[in-house]
Amino acid sequence: MNKRGCLVAVVIAGAFLLLRLLLGCFYTVHQTEQVIVTQFGKPVGGPTTEPGLHLKLPLIQEVNRIDKRFLEWDGLPVAIPTRDKTYIHVDTYARWRIADPMVYFVRLRDERSAQSRLEDILGSETRNAIAKHDLIEIVRTDKDRKPLHDESLKVGLGTIGVLPPIAFGRWKVEDEIKKAAAVKLAEFGVELLDLRLRRVNYNPDVLDRIYQRMISERRQIAQRFRSEGEGEAARIAGQKERDLNEIQSTAYRKVQEIRGEADAKATEIYARAYTQNAQAAEFYAFLKSMETYRKVLTKESTLVLSTDSDLFGLLKHSAPKPPLAPPH
Amino acid sequence: MNNQPPAVVTLNLPKPPWRVIGAIALVVLALLIVWTSYYTVPAESEAVVLRFGKFLKIVEPGLHFKIPLGIDEYTEVQTRRQLKLEFGFFTSGYSNADQPSRQQIEEKSMVTGDLNAALVEWVVQYRISDPREYLFDVRNPGQTLRDLSEAAMREVIGDRTVDEVITIGRQDIEVSALARMQDLASRYKLGVKVDQVQLKNVNPPREVQASFNEVNKAQQDRENAINIANGDYNEAVPRARGQADQMIRGAEGYRFKRVNEAEGDIASFNAMLGQYTKAPEITRTRLYLETMGDVLPAMGPKIIIDDSMKQLLPILPLSLKTETAR
Repeated sequence: MNKRGCLVAVVIAGAFLLLRLLLGCFYTVHQTEQVIVTQFGKPVGGPTTEPGLHLKLPLIQEVNRIDKRFLEWDGLPVAIPTRDKTYIHVDTYARWRIADPMVYFVRLRDERSAQSRLEDILGSETRNAIAKHDLIEIVRTDKDRKPLHDESLKVGLGTIGVLPPIAFGRWKVEDEIKKAAAVKLAEFGVELLDLRLRRVNYNPDVLDRIYQRMISERRQIAQRFRSEGEGEAARIAGQKERDLNEIQSTAYRKVQEIRGEADAKATEIYARAYTQNAQAAEFYAFLKSMETYRKVLTKESTLVLSTDSDLFGLLKHSAPKPPLAPPH
Repeated sequence: MNNQPPAVVTLNLPKPPWRVIGAIALVVLALLIVWTSYYTVPAESEAVVLRFGKFLKIVEPGLHFKIPLGIDEYTEVQTRRQLKLEFGFFTSGYSNADQPSRQQIEEKSMVTGDLNAALVEWVVQYRISDPREYLFDVRNPGQTLRDLSEAAMREVIGDRTVDEVITIGRQDIEVSALARMQDLASRYKLGVKVDQVQLKNVNPPREVQASFNEVNKAQQDRENAINIANGDYNEAVPRARGQADQMIRGAEGYRFKRVNEAEGDIASFNAMLGQYTKAPEITRTRLYLETMGDVLPAMGPKIIIDDSMKQLLPILPLSLKTETAR
């Protein structure tokens, strides 16, 4: 290699070195990060939380990037008995953030150890809180809520359709866990933002018993429906009998009343006419007698008449007789 | 020999390649700068631009320029798209990685407020409303939204009876869960607006499904029994009403008939009475004889005896009467 070539190589190498030194004076902080600058492993100055371009000493200072966002923690599902000895599976999640990066950096260094610390602390606080409360306190939240009732189901009798009362509720239990854990996590520069019971489910071992209870509850409702149906049908049948009797007897009464009224009216009309004077009464009696003869004297009747009678009186004497007396 | 020509030769030969290499490098560099100095944002998105990692601005869809060489960076966020999360089930063909349910059984198994078990499937529709929060305030916002949705849904279900969950309370659950999810999402600074919560299949566990069906069946049985009884009622009672009316009308007819007949009889009687009053004797005789004239011909045997005859019985052929009667 000749002198010229050497020179070019040296110049290029020098330029690279210079560039590297120059670039080593700068570092960028991403919007989602904060940075702790360390010199030989020891933090220098405070954390850089402002995103953008920053200066540092090249070569000897190192950049440690720490997340600034809300970070997730996904708890492992744990099987725990509640205070009333029901085994449940509880699955929690939490959101946390690195509030004091310096403490965090010194005590935990990276997120892996932070996650395991979270698991320890949150896991054990969750167990403590669950074991202290009855199942219903973990299931329900709002102690004032009144359930809606399906009118057609008519539940609300006995224990069906009733929300068992609570003293604390889920939020209080979650708060308990949060408060207890937050103090312990603060020592690691970690701020616990929220912790929630994501899933609460029965342990498979107790499910059979739960199912049995649900089935017996439903049977109870079904039986009431059937009995209600039969009862209602009987009531309607009774109503039918009642209505029929009422209708028929009312009609009978009305008919009798009307007929009675009609007869009375007719009687009255006749009576008034026949009693208007003595002559009318007499004439009526006579007419009625005549009418009665027409009815009574038929083919079957044998008539024995004396010549003394009004009709045949002339057979014996042609002289007129005294006036006819009305036959009696 | 050492002094002159060889130096010229060695210098002359490498000289042209250096120039060419330099030129090519410059062109490549220029192209690279041009290439990385513009970008396009698709219509359903916005882009968040960072300079040296620091938030700079949010830009609308279209063509944009930036400072090249990694100084300006941008991230597209689909702010105009409605995104969906599925819980307890999944449909294929999704583009949003957070959409499908990965632990279906665990997600849909819930405990209701009356300590029953239920299987609840639901969908959350949301949009990214604040891309800056969405990108920079929460790591893994999709998973965070899934987590809080599950917690919120269980809170709501945990305060309701199994009947509310399965039948009557569905809408109420959707509304309450939506409010709760939105509340948690803004508390976590997710930059997300939850538009809708829809309950999908909500069922009792398979083991108790039969007994829930039994309740429905019993409900039908009840309706059926009532319908049959009402049918019987409807068959009998209106007919009886009609018949009652018929009887009453009949009686009313009878009343008209009786009264009218009486009036008629009286009218005729009065007329005759008028005549009778004028000449009672003769009228009576006339009527008597008329009657006899009508009656006697139609009668059976007639025996006329003298009034001086005292012994009537021995000669009366009583058998005659019985014979004609036969």
